Amino acid sequence: MSESTADADDLRRRVHEFLDTHDPGSTEPLEFLRARFDAGFAWVHFPSGLGGLDAPRALQSVVDDAFTAVGAPRNQAERNVIGLGMAAPTILRFGTDEQKSRLLRPLWTGEDIWCQLFSEPGAGSDLAALGTRAVRDGDHWIVTGQKVWTSIAHEARWAILVARTDPGVPKHRGMTYFVCDMTAPGVEVRPLRQITGEAEFNEVFLTDVRIPDTDRLGDVGQGWAVAQTTLMNERVAIGGGAAPRESGMIGMVTALWREHPELRTAGLHDTLLRLWVETEAARLTGMRLRQQLAAGQPGPEGSAVKLAYARLNQEASGLELELLGEDGLRYDDWTMRRPTGVDFTRRSPGYRYLRAKGNSIEGGTSEILRNIVAERVLGLPGEIRVDKDVAWKDLPK
Amino acid sequence: MTDLLYGDIEEELRRAVRSVLDDLAPWSQVLAGVEGDDPYDAKLWRTISADLGCAGLAVPEELGGAGASFREAAVVLEELGRAVAPVPFLGSAVVATAALLEAGETELLAQLAAGRRTAALAVPFSTPPGASFAPTVRAEDVAPAGERPVAGEPGGNATLTGVVRSVADGLAADVLLVPADGVLYAVDGADVRRTAVTSLDMTRPLCDLVLASAPAWPVATGHAARRALEAALTTGAALLASEQLGLAERCLETTVAYVKTRYQFGRPIGSFQGLKHRLADLWVSISQARAVARYAAACAAEGDPDTAVAVAVAQAHCSTVAVRAAEECVQLHGGIGFTWEHPAHLYLKRAKSTSIAFGTPDRHRAALAGLVDLPL
Repeated sequence: MSESTADADDLRRRVHEFLDTHDPGSTEPLEFLRARFDAGFAWVHFPSGLGGLDAPRALQSVVDDAFTAVGAPRNQAERNVIGLGMAAPTILRFGTDEQKSRLLRPLWTGEDIWCQLFSEPGAGSDLAALGTRAVRDGDHWIVTGQKVWTSIAHEARWAILVARTDPGVPKHRGMTYFVCDMTAPGVEVRPLRQITGEAEFNEVFLTDVRIPDTDRLGDVGQGWAVAQTTLMNERVAIGGGAAPRESGMIGMVTALWREHPELRTAGLHDTLLRLWVETEAARLTGMRLRQQLAAGQPGPEGSAVKLAYARLNQEASGLELELLGEDGLRYDDWTMRRPTGVDFTRRSPGYRYLRAKGNSIEGGTSEILRNIVAERVLGLPGEIRVDKDVAWKDLPK
Repeated sequence: MTDLLYGDIEEELRRAVRSVLDDLAPWSQVLAGVEGDDPYDAKLWRTISADLGCAGLAVPEELGGAGASFREAAVVLEELGRAVAPVPFLGSAVVATAALLEAGETELLAQLAAGRRTAALAVPFSTPPGASFAPTVRAEDVAPAGERPVAGEPGGNATLTGVVRSVADGLAADVLLVPADGVLYAVDGADVRRTAVTSLDMTRPLCDLVLASAPAWPVATGHAARRALEAALTTGAALLASEQLGLAERCLETTVAYVKTRYQFGRPIGSFQGLKHRLADLWVSISQARAVARYAAACAAEGDPDTAVAVAVAQAHCSTVAVRAAEECVQLHGGIGFTWEHPAHLYLKRAKSTSIAFGTPDRHRAALAGLVDLPL
């Protein structure tokens, strides 16, 4: 028996011991989740005492499967993607012991939903240009500014926030990272309506928000380094899971193609087959990437997968509209709503076409990703940086 | 799940082949070679086929091969593509070998595996998988069934007459595998009139064949013959994707190295975003080419039921990527890339030729339409 199989068996046994004393059927869900966290079964690769067991990350699926099998209460991870995927690893790496023990448990159980206050109207791709100010006031900071593209801000209890604490130094050096209580006075959340008609995102206005210094993550001026940890985890999260052939956007088009012979033309046929091939190539690339990760050989192909999917989603949804012809002129609903997630399949082709436009902007624009590939993978010279040695306050804005 | 990575043995094989190619086939020598009359680099071929044992990779050990598979052969092709090496590996160790393996032939197979002889499939290099027997060669004087002499004995049991144009790796092949009248025949190279074609791909010269009552021996008949022809074309198309991958990768590397050192306007031209983004996009496409080429090679090696789809995807994608990589290599090198003295043209000629070999991307997309139920 291999060592990892032994570990997995041991872990399974420990989960069952836990379940013997915590009946998943009768225990109050929140109480159950808290107990699961305290027993180290939340994220096994985290340290003991913080929801983990210092175990290899690969063993998490063993634990998850064991809990799923008995229908145990769920922490609804899909509702707290930013909390679990981005805030938690950042808190673990840069938080104080007090912050870790205070923040991580309610984050994991889903009591506290988290959002991200990074982008600003004047700081998108150039995040380090952000201008939200944090001014020290005794053992507090007074924060004022405007953030944008904030998912689920209207449901969030906490935010991860980067603000400028020293405008007198070049942009990368004058930032500090905080966690921000979204219920604090001066935090105002407004829905940001997008081209689909709905509002997945928000604008967040911060007006003299008082943040205690105990909610600072990392040192003063270290905000950029802390934010890198967060953003690295974002790219991992977006990198993508296993998908069967013809899943996603191409599947919508192929289904339509098969059902409606009367819509077919030679030109659209050629376009469809080109897209099919490229989508399959991207799918196999994602599959290979996961095999690399499983074999402990992480590669830079994650950027390739995101770049490819952004374009393919846009082209496939555009093709779907053209294929529909007259029906492509119709849209399902422009009503302003605030959905909690994106579901391409439940809305109309027009929605898919419009929503896919965001794929090459969100989580790093395709242009920035190309810069990253060119510079970090191919080793080409970096962009000329006219702002490198200029104090943030002196930058043209 | 199909393994899309490279194993330790494959990486070892790659290192060995690359080291030989670095020594014996630097591009300056490949370029000099295309001006000569040799159909391929005999010394290089001997080293790769016999000394390294690459010719028998896909052949079982009991038949004198290395007992590996077409997966490993695909890694060799990646390296040969990187070097645009003038050797008949694809034609003999892949295409002809696949036909003989499928036909259950052992004698010639063992000779190919040992690198003692080479063979080529006598079809135009552009023939796609799924092609039927071409009517350009006819069999005559066919001995009645039951009276067939053993292959290789003098005299043959039929004679072949006809013409086959644009055959790859056929110029110096010891044996030609000729499909005619539903039978796959073996014909001694000496009995075929071969004319070198002035080929677009200077590093894989084609030839035209004329058979005039050439003595021939059947390798496979009936269904077995059709299956052997199909195995040859499918395996060739599947593994050509790996050659295209290696070629594209080398073009990207060469171009990236060049744009870092070429200064214009006081900057390395590789610092201009117009070039950086093109190269980044090319890298993305090559990452995908690696996944689809590995998948096609694995499917071909394992006889996976998804092989036909895998091959169509691999050829539709990798052909396109290889041509784009070579075209970008010429363009981003500017003037020097348009000269004879720079190797970029060898890659462009190879890339464009391989995009036609075993069927153009458009033909493979058309095949795919049938395979995945997306008819016009």
